[in-house]
This record gives sequence, structure tokens and C-alpha cells, in this order.
Amino acid sequence: MVLAEGVRKRFGSLEVLKGVDLRVDEREVLVLLGPSGSGKSTFLRCINHLEKIDGGRLSVDGELVGYRQSGSKLYELKEREVARKRAEIGMVFQRFNLFPNMTALTNVTCAPIHVRGIKRDDALRRARELLDRVGLADKAQSYPSQLSGGQQQRVAIARALAMDPKLMLFDEPTSALDPELVGEVLDVMKGLARDGMTMIVVTHEMGFAREVGDRVVFMDDGVVVEQGAPGEVFANPRHARTKAFLSRIL
Amino acid sequence: MFVHMLLTNDAFKWSFMFDNMFNPPVLEGVRTSLLLTVESMVLGVVLGIVLGVMRLSPNPVISWVAWVYTWFFRAVPRLVLAILFGNLGILYARLEFGIPFDRQLLGLLGLDSVDGRVWGVDANTVLAGFYAGLLALALSEAAYMAEIVRAGILAVDSGQTEAAQALGMSRGLTMRRVVLPQAMRVIVPPTGNETIAMLKDTAVVAFVPVTNELFFQIRAVGTRTFKVFPMLVAACLWYVALTSVLLVGQHFLEKRFSRGVSQVTRQKMRAMSVGAPK
Repeated sequence: MVLAEGVRKRFGSLEVLKGVDLRVDEREVLVLLGPSGSGKSTFLRCINHLEKIDGGRLSVDGELVGYRQSGSKLYELKEREVARKRAEIGMVFQRFNLFPNMTALTNVTCAPIHVRGIKRDDALRRARELLDRVGLADKAQSYPSQLSGGQQQRVAIARALAMDPKLMLFDEPTSALDPELVGEVLDVMKGLARDGMTMIVVTHEMGFAREVGDRVVFMDDGVVVEQGAPGEVFANPRHARTKAFLSRIL
Repeated sequence: MFVHMLLTNDAFKWSFMFDNMFNPPVLEGVRTSLLLTVESMVLGVVLGIVLGVMRLSPNPVISWVAWVYTWFFRAVPRLVLAILFGNLGILYARLEFGIPFDRQLLGLLGLDSVDGRVWGVDANTVLAGFYAGLLALALSEAAYMAEIVRAGILAVDSGQTEAAQALGMSRGLTMRRVVLPQAMRVIVPPTGNETIAMLKDTAVVAFVPVTNELFFQIRAVGTRTFKVFPMLVAACLWYVALTSVLLVGQHFLEKRFSRGVSQVTRQKMRAMSVGAPK
């Protein structure tokens, strides 16, 4: 589903990604671990072209992200085409980023109606289904400021799902939440994983990684250091850096 | 003592003032000034939004055009601009739309009697009086509004744009549906100030001249009757009254655009708008 080969990204003189190689299969739940500044969030943002990559190749579902290949040359895609591809990838942010001027329901229906051109009634019906699925059917008419952090994040997940994405990206979805609200968001994500959604999750929730993750990938200093089944990596980390990180966090 | 002076100084001539404050030409002036305020603000806000968005465009040419516009129209005083527009008739006798360089090109082909003009009007009917004043005020207002709109857009968290883009929204759609509605909260309070300032600035078009405008009419009464000061007081009272009405309108607009914002933020916004610069 996702194939990264030597992906590089720099911000000014700071090289954040120094050649990331990674492969994510369909229906796989991949958990990205690593210390802050290791480049995992940046890598996630490269996958839907919120950040432009400076080197390497990155493709989703067999199509290059943000570029078009003609012969051996790469051309950057037009904004419209980039937007069309982004619509197929759902993204959930650390800070929720719900639209505060819209109700929960409108947050969910906005993109399907205005991007996909889905009929209003159909979009509303689907949005109510999705809100019900994340356990917020009764909050449809609430504005984000009237919802708790956990509820906002669940609306954000419903909003991403409304576009019927083939891939979901989660950028530290529970890091901004009070501890007692983390569970409700993780439960929704577990449900998604069970239903076979392809997911890439950046998180510090080791319990989630162990229980739901098909594979964990440890990143440090802009490269993939180690990867494997969660049980294996957590029990017998092979690299010193992985060991150091895990001993600090577990 | 001030009140004593107001009541006893004969130069105020209160009864004369009240008699003349509501005579038909002055009331017509009130109507014209309000009309000018509303129309120039509507044009100014629309053009200001376009310019504000242009200023933030990733395309350097578009951004530069918007910068030059705001630079020029903020640099020239409104009074000068109003008089300038009132005299544009000197520059162009007629305003015509058509193919550029038509006469020159057709002349080369030996066709002197035809031209490529599609539509035209006498410049004086468009660029004298009301429309010259309206244009001067609206174009100048757009420059100020562009800066306010830009500030409003920048005040919206960049996470909002990212979230909209991640959902596949184009830049235009993101601006229309997500960013501008939220920017409105920041844009509306200073726009209220601008509207009030505009109502007062309609007085400068008396020098275009726009002859049926409030200040022109009041001065006309004053100079005709040699009772200048009472009529100036009348002007003050009219502007105070009209401004008060606008303040009430602003209050309701702010309420409308702070939907979905918690009480606390709203109070913070109000505190900010009190100190908003002009």
C-alpha cells in the first residue's frame, strides 16, 4: 500500500529524514515509534504530501505521491491532482484540528459534500452512521468547543473516515489528551484495525502497539533503525538505540 | 461651567440649529452619506478580501500586485484621493472599452474611419460627484481592509489549513469554507471601526464635490445664513447619532461570527477589539 525508498526531507540545513525505506501492506497496522525529533511525524506528513520530499521515492497504492513520472524525470503534480490523491488518505492530528465554526455533523459532511460532490442527504446519513460508530451520535449538533478532547478526536476520526480513505494516518492521536480520555480514542482505533483498515500510527502508547500493531517500526535520527513484530521488538530489541528508547518509555 | 457656556453663549443659536438640522436638503445629505458609507464599505470589504487573499498567495507576482495596491492607497490621504478622482474627467473625456491600440493598428491598415471601441460613456457622468467619491472611498478602504483580512487569515491556526488539505480540499475551497469563516471573528471588530471611520470620512467627498452629501449641505446652510458655528454643531450631532446606530449593528455582527467559540475566548476577543488600531 505504501512504499518508501530512500525518502529524504530537509528543513533548511536540518536533515530530518535521511533515507527512509519502508513498506506497508494492505490491511496492515503499522506503529511508528521513536524519540521526538526522530522524523516520524515528518515522514507521516510526507505520505499525503503535506510536506514535499527532497529525495527518494514515495508511493501510495502504486502511485507516486505528489509527483508524476515521465521517462526518468519527475514532475510535481498540480494542486488539484495532489488534493484528489489526499482525499483518499485520511489523517488524524495530535491537536484534532476540527473546524470550530462547524458542528460535529458539519465537520464530517463538509469534505464529502464539497470535495466529492456527494448529495447532502446521503452525506448526512453517512455522517450520522460514522458518529454513531465512534459513539457520538448524540453530539451531532455540538460545536467542537463544547466537546471534550477525546470526543473531539473521535469526531476527527469520523471526519477522516467520511472520505472512505484506503489508508489512515494517525499523528500522535492521544498525546494531547487527558489520561482518562485516551482509552476512548484507542478503542475507536482498535475497531478500525479490526475492520481491516490500513493504518500508520505514530504513538507513544505501547499497550496499543503491542495489542493492535502488526508491526512496529523504530525510527531515530531520520532513519528506520529496527522493525518487527511488536512482541519481538519489545522483548528483544537488537539495536542499542532501540533498547535505550524502550527502557526510557516502558 | 461647560454646560453653562453651552446654554448661555448666544453664538450657539440652538433654536436656529434645530430648525435647520432637519430641513429637506440636510436629510437628503444624511441619506447620501449613509448610502456612500454602505456602498463604499461593501465594495471595500469585497475588494479587501480579494487583496488580502492575494497578499498571502504563494505566487510572488500576485502577492506583489496586492502589496503595491495597499502601499499606494494607504499612502495617499483620502481627501487628496477624493479630489483627484473628482478631477479625473480632465484626463479622460470619455471612458471607452474596446481593443487596445485599435485606432493605431487600423490606421496602419489604412482604415481611418472605423475603430474597435465597443462601449463608452462620457467620463463626466461617471467620474463626477457621487461615483467619484464612492470610488475614492471604496478603493482606499480596500487597502485598509486588505491588511485587516490578512491579519485575520494569519490568526487562524495553520492546523486548520492542514486538516482541510488532508481532506482533499483545494486552496480556494479551504479559504472559503474553513479559513475565512474563522478569520471573520478577527476581521469583524476592526471592520466595525472602519465602517464608523468611513461614515465620518464621507465628509471628505464634500470636496469632490458631492453636492448632496451631509457635510456639504450643512456647510451650505451655514455659509448661506452666516451662522457657521451652529451648523457645525449640527454636523457633530448628526455624526454622533449615526455612529451610535452603527455601534449597535457592530455588536450583533460580532455575536453572529463568534459562533462555536467559547465564552472565555469571546471575552478575550472583545478585549482585543477595544484596543484595535485604526
